Amino acid sequence: MSASLVSHLALLALLPPLLLGVITKTKAVLAGRRGPSVWQPYYDIHKLFRKEVALSATTTWIFVLAPVVGLVTALLAGLLVPLGPFEAPVAFAGDFVLFAYLLALGRFFTASAGLDTGSPFEGMGAARELGFSWLTEPALFFAFLALARLSGSLSLDGMLRASEGGAWLLRTAPLVLIAAGVLVVLLAECSRIPVDDPNTHLELTMIHEVMVLDHSGPLLGLVEYGAAAKLLVLEILLLHVIAPTAQVHGWPGLALFVVGLLAIAAGIGVIESVMARLRLLHVPTLLIAAVLSCGFAFLLLSR
Amino acid sequence: MGSPVVPPDTTALELLVAAGCILAASGVPGLLLAWRSPWGPRIATLMTVVASLLGVAGSVLSMTTSHASVVSLPSVIPGARVLIAVDPLSGAFVLPAFVVGALGSIYGLGYWRPAENPGNGRRLRFCYGLLLAAITFITLARDGVGFLVAWEVMALAGFFLVTTDTRSREARRAGWLYLVFSHAGTLCLLGLFAALTAANGDFALRPLAATSIGSAQATALFTLAFVGFGIKAGAMPLHSWLPSAHASAPSHVSAVMSGVMLKMGVYGIVRSASILPMAPPSWGAGVLLIGACSTLLAIAFALGQRDIKRVLAYSSIENIGIILLGLGVAMVGRSLGRPEWVMLGMAGCLLHVWNHALFKALLFFGAGSVVHATGTRDLERMGGLARGMPATATLFLVGSLAICGLPPFNGFVSELFVYLGLVRAGVTPGSAWAALPAPVLAATGALAVACFVKVLGVVFLGTARSSEAKAGHESPPSMLVPMAVLGVACAVLGVAPGLVAPALERAAEAWSGGLRPGQSLAALAPLRWVSIAALTLVVAVMALGAAVIPVCLRARRRQPSLPTWGCGYAASSPRVQYTASSFAQIITSRFAWALRTRTHTPLIEGFFPASSSFRSATGDSVLDRFLLPAARRLKGTATRARVYHQGDLQQYVLYIVAAVILLLLSNVRLEWVVTQLCGR
Repeated sequence: MSASLVSHLALLALLPPLLLGVITKTKAVLAGRRGPSVWQPYYDIHKLFRKEVALSATTTWIFVLAPVVGLVTALLAGLLVPLGPFEAPVAFAGDFVLFAYLLALGRFFTASAGLDTGSPFEGMGAARELGFSWLTEPALFFAFLALARLSGSLSLDGMLRASEGGAWLLRTAPLVLIAAGVLVVLLAECSRIPVDDPNTHLELTMIHEVMVLDHSGPLLGLVEYGAAAKLLVLEILLLHVIAPTAQVHGWPGLALFVVGLLAIAAGIGVIESVMARLRLLHVPTLLIAAVLSCGFAFLLLSR
Repeated sequence: MGSPVVPPDTTALELLVAAGCILAASGVPGLLLAWRSPWGPRIATLMTVVASLLGVAGSVLSMTTSHASVVSLPSVIPGARVLIAVDPLSGAFVLPAFVVGALGSIYGLGYWRPAENPGNGRRLRFCYGLLLAAITFITLARDGVGFLVAWEVMALAGFFLVTTDTRSREARRAGWLYLVFSHAGTLCLLGLFAALTAANGDFALRPLAATSIGSAQATALFTLAFVGFGIKAGAMPLHSWLPSAHASAPSHVSAVMSGVMLKMGVYGIVRSASILPMAPPSWGAGVLLIGACSTLLAIAFALGQRDIKRVLAYSSIENIGIILLGLGVAMVGRSLGRPEWVMLGMAGCLLHVWNHALFKALLFFGAGSVVHATGTRDLERMGGLARGMPATATLFLVGSLAICGLPPFNGFVSELFVYLGLVRAGVTPGSAWAALPAPVLAATGALAVACFVKVLGVVFLGTARSSEAKAGHESPPSMLVPMAVLGVACAVLGVAPGLVAPALERAAEAWSGGLRPGQSLAALAPLRWVSIAALTLVVAVMALGAAVIPVCLRARRRQPSLPTWGCGYAASSPRVQYTASSFAQIITSRFAWALRTRTHTPLIEGFFPASSSFRSATGDSVLDRFLLPAARRLKGTATRARVYHQGDLQQYVLYIVAAVILLLLSNVRLEWVVTQLCGR
């Protein structure tokens, strides 16, 4: 195994909780508090792995399998994206479809596990999760189409290089539109404000957190870790769109890339600090705006 | 032309004809036995299985060669000959009939027992065999007359199968609706074949010469073919017969109808597209448009249903849409001279035809088992069935994952081909429009996930919503084994799509005629990577699962009767669970403009409102909003015309005399009329 592959796997495995930590820290600082350490999510997940599991008698094996599938699919999707100057370990024509469908597979199981508990809260969360995801998917695919058109490549590894080599000067409008769309997709898929508030105390207003309400101990640890991995993967997507990340080669480039990821996490923290959560009824409007933004980018490029 | 003359190898054709004949006869021995006899179903199943083995061998053989030798047989119609042939395209479309047909017949042994369904089993099995035989001969026929005869036998056998339960008003209504639509479609096909015969000079179905027909005429003919065959396929505005017919038929028949019979409509469109000359890109664009509309709207309708079999029926329309998207890409590619789009589109189209036959049959079998166990098709009365029927639940999960196009199952592979075709068109200068269905397909994929999470969750997970669901029991092996076979097939095609790539390539070549695809499917689509990804996914999930399962088993042993956390509320009940309708509401409300769900909202007044109820029902908008009102208006007009049609003999004599006088007065020579009426 080459050094770049090892570093890819290591970053994929170790970085996700840090992003959550940075988001929380940013929010705390902006609110004038000190906040927990950025390493807190690692402690939390470690603590969860040492706890016992409490399994409702209503649940079946799907409930147990869901966190596993959620984590595995997010990590496998992470193998399809490049990391700054290092190319993706796996790249082939059409891998963007695999990327989207892996995330959908995770969603299928997470939502099924919600219904498996027989509780109205989890059912509510599952219905909302699936009720919004059908608008993020076309936004993502319009973004992929536009990137494919920009780069002429059919694999994520090539598509995400669309912003390299001065493209930002020549293709500013489409790239801005794609970035805006992908940002909204990220916020919606990772249950951040303004779509969902991960810190709310009221189950009735949650989406993702309420869907996994009955998971406990190591299972909850896997759910949290899987959600963080999904955040990482989508952040990587976004960072590649907004910055020509392959300009600095080798290890300094990778370090710069990680700094970029942390900066996006801080940016999400800022968004969460300055915005309120949208009413659930208004979430589809935001998502349709994301679809239109990416669709318009494709339209601009399809002359 | 320049190739050396080889003696035509007709082994595949002979096998298929033999299979068709045995299938047609499979229900006959049962007719001679008493309806109570257990031997009727057994003999029919044995014959179906034997025929299917022959048929599978024949269709596989037909896909290993690129040659199609036409065999001409004498026919009962003087002057015409029955032409039959088999090429890789026929083989590809007939293969699912044998697989699903045989498994359905085995499933029927447990599902439709003589003791539980007095009287109608013999008719069911007779028509079942006839349907499969007719499907076989449709794919073999190479002349208009033989094709139409087989087509009508299929339609009529389908009618008797839909109305198997003659005592059910719903089934009779579904049957009539089906018959009306089917005949409307056949009318278009009669027109199509008449025009083809006029252009060709005989009844043979062969590629038309570009000189024999104008481009406007060709477009008219393609439209006629698309409407005629599209009705059978259930493409979106022409689909209204489909949901009720699929819901009313016995489940193994629904599996054959949805998995195989609809595909005959697709076969017709595919064949017409290959024999009509000078296809402009607009034909492909039209097919893409209809395909995109079918996928998105049908899955929205599926989400709005609360009858498990109607959900599956609408999802069939969605999958027909995906198949049409593949065909559309291939047609656009052929018009613009892009062999790689043809290859990807056609491979996606054909592979999805197979895949849909596999997973939809699996899902209909699963739904049948559920209906058999609970006695209801209503989703809102189910719940928690995974406890009583774990094997059915697991297999239903496999089918659901496959139909959502999720890896590592087969649906992913065919959708990937279609996506690749669309995006390849999208990155090519000048044809970006052809990629627009890709985001629609993505939205459809997400909606399909929502739809099948709904079905899986509401039927099998959670707690039982009614006493029927509580009493749900596992099905007998005769029903489980066919489902297991289909589930394994879904997994195998998902993990190793390379197995079928050569067959798909040959069928795509057979379709595209003169245009030889430049690259192999393996070079265009990442078949090897799909296998690697699927295996990695399975291994990773199993490895991590193996780490989690002992912990969970320990937890289960320690606290076997722990309740679900109810956020502090202790007295939970099954009724607080999300229902199928409430689960889908957030999405169906977005599609209210299309679904036109009728709701009855209770009026809540005062401090102590009286008990009330909420009802909602999603019918079929095209049928309820357009077709039925139009039919009623037509009936009204026709009633007014009855003044001239009173059954009075003198009146009719007057009409005849008036007609003769008019003819004599007009310039039309009687001799000409007579020759026109009686032939040359």
